Amino acid sequence: MAPLDGIGASLRRKEDQRFLTGKGRYTDDFNRHGQLHAYFLRSPHAHARIRGIDTGRAKAAPGVVDVFTGADTKAIGGLICGWMITSKDGTPMKAGSHRPLAEDKVRYVGDHVAIVIAETYNEAKDAAELIDVDYDVLTAVVVTDKARAPGAPLVHDEIAKNTCYEWSLGDKAATDAAFAKAAHVTKLDIVNNRLVPNAIEPRAAIGDYDSGMDSFTLYTTSQNPHVARLVLSAFNGIAPEHKLRVIAPDVGGGFGSKIFIYAEETVCLWASKQVGRPVKWTGDRSEAFLADAHGRDHVTTAEMAMARDGTILGLRVHTTANLGAYLSTFASCVPTYLYAPLLSGQYRIPAIYAEVDGVYTNTAPVDAYRGAGRPEATFVIERMVETAAREMKIDPAEFRRRNFVPADAFPYQTPVIMTYDSGQYHKVLDEALTLSDYAGFPARKAESAARGKLRGIGFCSYIEACGIAPSAAVGSLGAGVGLWESAKVRFNPTGNVLLYTGSHQHGQGHETTFAQLISTYLGVPTDQVEVIHGDTEKTPFGMGTYGSRSLAVGGSAIVKACEKVIEKGRKIAAHLLEAAEGDIEFKDGKFTVAGTDRAKSIQEIAFAAYVPHNYPQGVEPGLEESAFYDPVNFTFPSGTQVCEVEIDPDTGVTTIVNFVAIDDFGKIINPMIVEGQVHGGIVQGIGQALLENAVYDPESGQLLTGSYMDYTMPRADDVPSFKVGLVETPCPHNPLGVKGCGEAGAIAAPASVMNAVTDAIGKHMQMPATPERVWRAIHGTAV
Amino acid sequence: MYSFDYHKPASLSDAAALLGKAEEGKLMAGGQTLIPTLKQRLARPTDLIDLGAIAELKGIKEEGGALVIGAMARHADVAASDVVKRMIPGLADLADNIGDAQVRNRGTIGGSIANSDPAADYPSAIVALNATVHTVKRTIAADAFFTGMFETALEEGEIITAIRFPRAEKAAYAKFRNPASRYAVVGAFVARTGGSVRVAITGAAPSVFRWTEAEAALSANWSAAAIDGLSVKADGLNADIHASADYRANLVKVMTKRAVLAAG
Ligand SMILES: Cc1cc2nc3c(=O)[nH]c(=O)nc-3n(C[C@H](O)[C@H](O)[C@H](O)COP(=O)(O)OP(=O)(O)OC[C@H]3O[C@@H](n4cnc5c(N)ncnc54)[C@H](O)[C@@H]3O)c2cc1C
Repeated sequence: MAPLDGIGASLRRKEDQRFLTGKGRYTDDFNRHGQLHAYFLRSPHAHARIRGIDTGRAKAAPGVVDVFTGADTKAIGGLICGWMITSKDGTPMKAGSHRPLAEDKVRYVGDHVAIVIAETYNEAKDAAELIDVDYDVLTAVVVTDKARAPGAPLVHDEIAKNTCYEWSLGDKAATDAAFAKAAHVTKLDIVNNRLVPNAIEPRAAIGDYDSGMDSFTLYTTSQNPHVARLVLSAFNGIAPEHKLRVIAPDVGGGFGSKIFIYAEETVCLWASKQVGRPVKWTGDRSEAFLADAHGRDHVTTAEMAMARDGTILGLRVHTTANLGAYLSTFASCVPTYLYAPLLSGQYRIPAIYAEVDGVYTNTAPVDAYRGAGRPEATFVIERMVETAAREMKIDPAEFRRRNFVPADAFPYQTPVIMTYDSGQYHKVLDEALTLSDYAGFPARKAESAARGKLRGIGFCSYIEACGIAPSAAVGSLGAGVGLWESAKVRFNPTGNVLLYTGSHQHGQGHETTFAQLISTYLGVPTDQVEVIHGDTEKTPFGMGTYGSRSLAVGGSAIVKACEKVIEKGRKIAAHLLEAAEGDIEFKDGKFTVAGTDRAKSIQEIAFAAYVPHNYPQGVEPGLEESAFYDPVNFTFPSGTQVCEVEIDPDTGVTTIVNFVAIDDFGKIINPMIVEGQVHGGIVQGIGQALLENAVYDPESGQLLTGSYMDYTMPRADDVPSFKVGLVETPCPHNPLGVKGCGEAGAIAAPASVMNAVTDAIGKHMQMPATPERVWRAIHGTAV
Repeated sequence: MYSFDYHKPASLSDAAALLGKAEEGKLMAGGQTLIPTLKQRLARPTDLIDLGAIAELKGIKEEGGALVIGAMARHADVAASDVVKRMIPGLADLADNIGDAQVRNRGTIGGSIANSDPAADYPSAIVALNATVHTVKRTIAADAFFTGMFETALEEGEIITAIRFPRAEKAAYAKFRNPASRYAVVGAFVARTGGSVRVAITGAAPSVFRWTEAEAALSANWSAAAIDGLSVKADGLNADIHASADYRANLVKVMTKRAVLAAG
């Protein structure tokens, strides 16, 4: 019988045993013999020239082993950005120098100035107060849409207008022509607010140099340990790859902020050889606010042209994307290739032209954050569609229907790179309308009005792209790496399985989902499967986890490895069962001679492979297979959310009273985990729409929302119970038919919530829709 | 955190003695404000004197028709107290909506009012209910206690022992929470005691204040409608990234009306 814990089972997460009982092993839980502690002195200024640094008193302080500044760390290669963007004039993007410890200037509050290494953390922190830094404080440029203003101070002296690139995508002439024949044009100014990722586990690192082996080990909070090793070797030059092991053990959330290979781990690793002892650093929450890569921060003007019947003719978008003070790993591609190619949404739009100016400011670096580019694109197109429908007095659901890519039009080529592979947008929308009782909305609105409340409803029909691929295509667009994934399936002689993946889990539930693949493909129940990830010395080289890629890409690699195991097992089974290889069938963990009951279990085959006393000639012993999978395309999850809000006009408080999400993630492996991912994503999206905002003082560049006293994280009582449903249109080009579900909620929810809020108040407004802003919008005193 | 010596005296006199001896001593109640301050290295006391073991500072009781709450009563104790719920239910309700469960399980009424945070809830109740603050050396009337932002009439080292609330006929609190910290952006406490009406507003200004126009209007007509005709000036009100002075002025009115409705 097939095990009941394979694909489709809502299995409880295996990893939760350790997470819920406090037995997870995070970087800070590791302690190396003789370890020292590091504290980073950070810049208190957003922008200042460093005239000099005197570390003398700090070096003499109790417990201090050494202090290093930018001048001492010149041997370390600069921190890098992994994607080269080319401006529309053909020039390459301008990446400012990014030293691990600041040399000439500091460029944001929290920038790294020195590392103090001491016997205890407190001694390191005490000594840091004794470092004298002579700053020449400069005017800061902070606000996104002022970065390119004439006379704005320059973040990098050599980069004019603080402009990293002026990039474009699409056909300008065709778009202009579409606007020329429009019956109606909708125009909006849209701000996508800056967010702080807020992983529950702060970043941490232990650098450990072994002089006997002349090799390094780095424990670090990374979403992609192999990429970290590659960068630390090839670019930072700390050790060759074969002399560097990177371990990213349990990691408590990343949301994109743990992709970047930061200054802290780079310097701790390097320093461990200088001081001859392991060096540990664990960031605190304040440091996380200041120096984790932030997300979003776009200022956009969008225009959409329609024919009289509401058919979309063209879309024109100009976005200024704040990249922060330095480029982080994906900084350059998030607002370009992960953004503009999604602007077509679920719609047939004949002409699209998008321009993106990437700008430097004196703020923390901006990088991928749950959704990375796609939430920003979705927000633009879905605010535009909703607004256009309202302006043209067409029901927003009907407006979408008229413009959707129909189910029989796939594969569908958009004017902005993407070839959508599959989808059933009309069906998903219809299910969302039913589940949200759209027909009953007018009555509910009237009932709210009778109580003096404003009620609104909003949609978001999103498309997103997961599993950035294929490698050759992303390479031609400027990516510095390939984006495939790896897997290795190892049977032990006693028949259980070790499954190695190059992806990395930090909240996604891979240990369960991937084990379910083994259960289905090899017939080995999940409790006989151990999933191993996060250690470059154990797992095959892999690209890590981001962009909802692990199942679509990493899972496909697992399937490929399983197929190789079966192929080899078939040879062994044929020999043992004295049958022709072609007559052996494999199903539910058993190799059977077709049409007979003569069979061998996969566990028996594994045993025979390791104890090959009676074994086919020419077949290698052992049962262990690896596979690498490079997809042929992105996958394209899609869905529709419907959000209903009620607003108190006296205070401007918005309450979400109903929230429906119908998603098409293709084939579902574990429905419960998928639902959990959807819930978490929606909460983050609601957070962006109503609560969260990273605010810098526009003059001084101080982070005003530097703690939970001022930065509003969504809490359980801020969100309603969600009604979620699934439509399954399998992805046609990967073996599992899966698409990815990790980011969809966060991608769609800002638009569905803001479409509901703006419906309720009858006016456009920017995120986050905080009570005061809503109150002002209602009462006509905009801030 | 810088290092310091920690003491946990069992009596008020020991606490006073320790405080007297210390180079720079600091009292600690629930630690909810003090510990974060220390962790961020914003204060550097030589000695921390924990009031947690002093029996004289604990307890909630009815005494001579008034409600007496010990300085070390935690917010959760006040919220759950049958005595408080019976005598001044609006006060139990206020305590139940301070911060979050962790804060309510540690934070104390004495610590809260000694700290005099402009966004704290209790100051509004102290003033609206015309309570008296008892210290080791004297009693201080509510109207004289809160002197400014993070400032009180307490002298250096003066320990609050209890707060005495006269029983009110009607009393209720309405709070507009800061969505991040859950402190009060604006909180309005209304109370009618023996025919006299007091309205105390917290969160809106540098320190708790009495809204005398509302007191007059409610004395004449105890109803939410009595507030409708009043207006609040934004001048001098607090402004921060969460709420401008204008918005706070609006909330003073809205929350006062809601408090009157809640008081019945
Ligand atoms: C996340 C968070 C949310 C919060 N939300 C709210 C809220 O919504 N509403 C609200 O009102 N408050 C709120 N607070 C404040 C909290 O409720 C406490 O009231 C406050 O922190 C002080 O009380 P404590 O007992 O913790 O005092 P401590 O932090 O221990 O002490 C504060 C100060 O008072 C002094 N002190 C303490 N006891 C005495 C005494 N008996 N005599 C003289 N001086 C004394 C101390 O020396 C210190 O200077 C919040 C706090 C946090 C951390």
